[in-house]
Amino acid sequence: MNQQTKIHVEHLNLHYGTNHALKDVNMDISEHKITAFIGPSGCGKSTFLKTLNRMNDLIPNVKIDGTVLLDGEDIYSPKVDTTLLRKKIGMVFQQPNPFPMSVYDNIAYGPRIHGIRSKVKLDEIVEKSLRDAAIFDEVKDRLKKSALGLSGGQQQRLCIARALAVEPEVLLMDEPTSALDPISTLKIEELMEELKHKYTVAIVTHNMQQATRIADYTAFFLVGEMIEFGTTEQIFSMPKDQRTEDYITGRFG
Amino acid sequence: MTNSIYVKKKRPGDMVLLVLIYACAFLAVLLLVGIIGYVIYRGLPVINWNFISTAQSALEGTFGILPNIINTLYIIVITLLIATPIGIGSAIYLNEYSKGGRLVRMIEFTTETLSGIPSIIFGLFGMVFFGNFLKLGYSILCGALTLTIMILPIITRTTQEALKTVPESYRSGALGIGATKWYMIRTIILPSAMPGIVTGVILSIGRIVGESAALLFTAGSAYLMPTNWLTHPMSSGGTLTIQMYLSMTKAQYDNAFGIAFVLIVIVLAINLLTKVLSRRLDVNKRD
Amino acid sequence: MSLHRNADQPVSIIGSHKTKSAIEITANIIFIVCAFVAIVAVLAITIYMIYSGAPALFKVGILDILFGTTWAPTAEDPSFGILYIILTSIIGTTLAILIGVPIALMTAIFLSEVANSKLANIVRPAVELLAGIPSVIYGLLGVLMINPAIYKLEQAIFKDAPNHQFTGGANLLSAVLVLAIMILPTVINISETSLRAVPQQYRSSSLALGASKIQTIFKVTVPAARSGIITGIVLGIGRALGEAMAIVFVCGNSVNLPYPFNSVRTLTTAIVSEMGYAGGLHREVLFTIGLVLFAFIMIINIVLSTILKKGGAKHDK
Repeated sequence: MNQQTKIHVEHLNLHYGTNHALKDVNMDISEHKITAFIGPSGCGKSTFLKTLNRMNDLIPNVKIDGTVLLDGEDIYSPKVDTTLLRKKIGMVFQQPNPFPMSVYDNIAYGPRIHGIRSKVKLDEIVEKSLRDAAIFDEVKDRLKKSALGLSGGQQQRLCIARALAVEPEVLLMDEPTSALDPISTLKIEELMEELKHKYTVAIVTHNMQQATRIADYTAFFLVGEMIEFGTTEQIFSMPKDQRTEDYITGRFG
Repeated sequence: MTNSIYVKKKRPGDMVLLVLIYACAFLAVLLLVGIIGYVIYRGLPVINWNFISTAQSALEGTFGILPNIINTLYIIVITLLIATPIGIGSAIYLNEYSKGGRLVRMIEFTTETLSGIPSIIFGLFGMVFFGNFLKLGYSILCGALTLTIMILPIITRTTQEALKTVPESYRSGALGIGATKWYMIRTIILPSAMPGIVTGVILSIGRIVGESAALLFTAGSAYLMPTNWLTHPMSSGGTLTIQMYLSMTKAQYDNAFGIAFVLIVIVLAINLLTKVLSRRLDVNKRD
Repeated sequence: MSLHRNADQPVSIIGSHKTKSAIEITANIIFIVCAFVAIVAVLAITIYMIYSGAPALFKVGILDILFGTTWAPTAEDPSFGILYIILTSIIGTTLAILIGVPIALMTAIFLSEVANSKLANIVRPAVELLAGIPSVIYGLLGVLMINPAIYKLEQAIFKDAPNHQFTGGANLLSAVLVLAIMILPTVINISETSLRAVPQQYRSSSLALGASKIQTIFKVTVPAARSGIITGIVLGIGRALGEAMAIVFVCGNSVNLPYPFNSVRTLTTAIVSEMGYAGGLHREVLFTIGLVLFAFIMIINIVLSTILKKGGAKHDK
């Protein structure tokens, strides 16, 4: 691949207790591209996504070995400050999960955590993040009201804005549209196309059409193994592995 | 390399808070160990067979708490005999019969209110209502009736919790084969909720044993052996806590520590018993 | 019961319905009566507190009682001002909350967010046991441990103040310390429960934004558990305000302004220490003190049920 590699994954293995959940995964995630992870449920695609910002650390009995390099730095090195890592690699979850605070405070949460106190600066970041997440016009009159009053689609874009507010370099999205209606889904897909110019995006999706619509690269996972990885066009038009073909033609999963 | 993730950020504020969190948790344990340890240290030497098997005698100048133990038992038994059926009945109504609405909210609000009223208020009420109005005076019965109102919320709430854990399928199963509602409650619901109800009763015993302010002006503070077991509830009788209070007013701290030791033993035993019971309850659920 | 009816007899669903319904109705009525006991009890307590406490208000004069500063019930020209007693209860409770709540909240955070199960299994039973220890035992230890310690402090602070009335450690500060300890279990339990009820996803999304664990606890988890924590604090206020036996010997029991090193009397200790011998108007005024305490407690209860209602409405959203 001639693109700049943002994240380099090599011989990554993950065990939940005795369960071997990820088996020797190797992958290069390119900068300013959208990379999609597809596969049937339980295939390890979400688990893999969470190894990229070390959210799996929070689960007891998880053992991870192998190498994950972000711009050449090993994110599992003991020297790493996980808070800095997660500032650089933001995440959007499957369920829209705004904090029970105002819209403004939701967005300002990250910048405040990272030490920004100036009201002017915060106002600026909040507006910019909301604009980048294409939700500013819908919420500009209710910035001080609870974020829990927004619709599901708005909440998810708010969560994207919240992730953008800490100025990440990579955005991980774990089935970000699976809980949303088709119109909200479309809006978020359009948004992702915009986002890839500034960020590197990795998305887990159960929806193959979504992968073909938005992703530059696609990886197919099956029971903890990465079966095939390539450009989205190649994966969906001429898969090299029989199992990939079976999956994308709907023979299982 | 300001952009590197290898730079460990220093967070002195986090460290201070974490130390405080550990310190507070440690303090809670330390307080308990200190209280129990000191009571054992001062109380154990006072305890002997005479202390728990005789009445105090001004003539011989000896001290014993047997009448107080007996009075405490009387109050526990009478209070539970009245409060348990009422509490269970109330919980059954709330959980099995009522269909929500204003009345239920009213009952739940008053039950909550009862559990928030301080002992001393129960004491005043008991003195005026049971003591003066019903003419029970300072008597064990007056104290027991007062405590009945006080522990009613405990029994109602624990029974309600227990009833809520009985699966809905038991109810539909029983009603489906033609059982009447009361029959279903008697044969299916109550037996399943029994361990929870027993836990509530034991918790109530703990509350009664430790109670003092509500009894001072209702049950009185007499420390004589019962002359007639049947009419004893009509006479004044101080419980262990009341005797401890009286010892403190006379600055007889050794006697107070002796009683405190007995009370701590009872509290520990009750705590252990509820632990064992709730563990068995969990085991039953798993089966 | 009719279920065990002899199978040979023809069973009419109409006939059996009648006998069933008699038992059913009786059972139903008994349960309703049981449920009504709580309502009747609260009503009776309210009525009797007013009935016994209100007359003195008018005999002595509402302002003279509530805002009078001289308490001399057995004097030749008796005076029944309870302002200092009310103030002591308010200030004492406030200070106990200010000391107890931070400790309790930190301990609740320890149990719910920080400790592994091994450590939590030591601390949690300890807290439960603290709740079970009778008030009189707290009182005994207060007299023999806290009072002497506070007396040393008092001697050190006031050694050059000839006008200070020494309390021997039996003063507001000692009472506040005892109350602060006694409210710990209530506040810890309820705060821990509400912290545990905070959805896990709030914590994950905060961590995913690069917040540290401690930042997540104090900026997201605790605010999200706010209504539960406030409930715990309000219950703690009720507990501190209503406690009598634990502080009756610790607080010194003279009627004074609530300064830390003054011997003071609270609403509860006023009742406990004088009800035994009071008669006539003096006794009636003690009931008025009970009524004032009862009014405070009812206000707390109403505040509490509003908080709970609000909290419930939020979750429904």
